[in-house]
Amino acid sequence: MTTEIAVEDRESAPRLDNQDPSIFGQTPWQTVGPFFHYGLPWKGGADLVGTSDMGARPDLFADEHYVLNRSSSTGTPDGVVIELAGQVFDAKGVPILDAMIEIWQANAAGRYASVDDARDDAPLDPHFIGFGRASVDADGVYRFRTIRPGRVPGPGNTLQAPHLAVSVFGRGILKRLATRLYFDGGDGNDVDPVLCAVPEARRHTLIARQQADGRWWFDIHLQGDRETVFFAL
Amino acid sequence: MSAARRDPIAYARDDDGMPPSLVPDYRSTVDRSPRQPLIAIPPTLTETTGPDQWDRLMVGPQGLDLTAQHKGVPQGQRIIVSGRVLDDRGRAVPNTVLEIWQANAAGRYIHSADSWDAPLDPNFTGAGRVVTDAEGRYSYVTIRPGAYPWGNHKNAWRPGHIHLSLLGPAFATRLVTQMYFPDDPLIEIDPIANAVPMPARQRMVGRFDIKTTKPAWALGYLFDVVLKGRDETPFEDDHHDH
Ligand SMILES: [Fe+3]
Repeated sequence: MTTEIAVEDRESAPRLDNQDPSIFGQTPWQTVGPFFHYGLPWKGGADLVGTSDMGARPDLFADEHYVLNRSSSTGTPDGVVIELAGQVFDAKGVPILDAMIEIWQANAAGRYASVDDARDDAPLDPHFIGFGRASVDADGVYRFRTIRPGRVPGPGNTLQAPHLAVSVFGRGILKRLATRLYFDGGDGNDVDPVLCAVPEARRHTLIARQQADGRWWFDIHLQGDRETVFFAL
Repeated sequence: MSAARRDPIAYARDDDGMPPSLVPDYRSTVDRSPRQPLIAIPPTLTETTGPDQWDRLMVGPQGLDLTAQHKGVPQGQRIIVSGRVLDDRGRAVPNTVLEIWQANAAGRYIHSADSWDAPLDPNFTGAGRVVTDAEGRYSYVTIRPGAYPWGNHKNAWRPGHIHLSLLGPAFATRLVTQMYFPDDPLIEIDPIANAVPMPARQRMVGRFDIKTTKPAWALGYLFDVVLKGRDETPFEDDHHDH
């Protein structure tokens, strides 16, 4: 009677880990989970215009653990100041209470504050960076104060309509969901190269509408009849 | 607009190590994952640019030592995590910020919604930021986070992990991930880690490293973060005439 014990096999099995060149590649995404509030949003992260506490949730942890500070005051950017707000809904239409939104946008002249936007035909605004981050509040509402972006070139000689790049994070969201916010009645919405790549019946999910109080409202539906269009980048 | 303007160079698409949006074993994904396919869009300046002045946004101390943010020393195993931020062709990503948050040694978050009955540590917050140097290197000191139970299924425990968030150079390079530890048997039964197919899952497992371990002070772990790189395939100018 013989028993084979494959000790050699076990010992030679490679122990793959982060440092192993044989599996080198993009680090996989993982969810932010439910407890990101003391690590990611900062006071003023959702206020791209002035200085305030918008965006943070210091109510969710003790004050001595608030190790992240507010944005520095940069002065007032050019352009039309707008407020954006909305909610993130799950498949059952329930607002998600542990979601986080980020925005990235051009300034009023249509220029990104980035070394990779090297154009000389649109000015930088020293008071505008264009990146914002907001946790939703206790009612599941996110809010930003920013300026209405100008138009930015698209592929070829096209011109994009005013828009914001939007990222959605949260518990149960394994990978950032990337979408865009356009403005109802925005200049060039009908010819925007990205909006035109979206089936017409779903374009409305990317359009913010102005409320009676002047705020722009943009809800995000993760799933269901009104599912927001998300992009592969 | 100048007619001679060239379209921006795209970043790579997701490689095959990315998790899908829907992973039924991770229950929260069921109602929170899109069912429509993602729509691929052409790269525009919107996706190929990103905030490089994050230091004007997130002011405050850089948390190089998460064990030194309070009056006393936190409980637990002190560790030094170091590595590089690279793109998917192995090129360094300098001057980019890593945001870090984690549970304490007992697996408890300071967050008020964390109801796990393990002790808080008054000397540990578990949040910080570090910035990569010119070679893409970073290093920070912290406490090894403990495992914690969660409500996903019966007897569910998350392996110890450190949450990491990176902006990278562009909107397209945004990454949020988790770093795991090599001796942790919970990884292979964790629905969140298992959302990533093998062998890419092992990219999230750090390596114990005796060279960066400081004698009588802290254990060293290595963890490189790999972001999407620009797809520098030349434009197909040769074919334009066909
Ligand atoms: Fe966690």
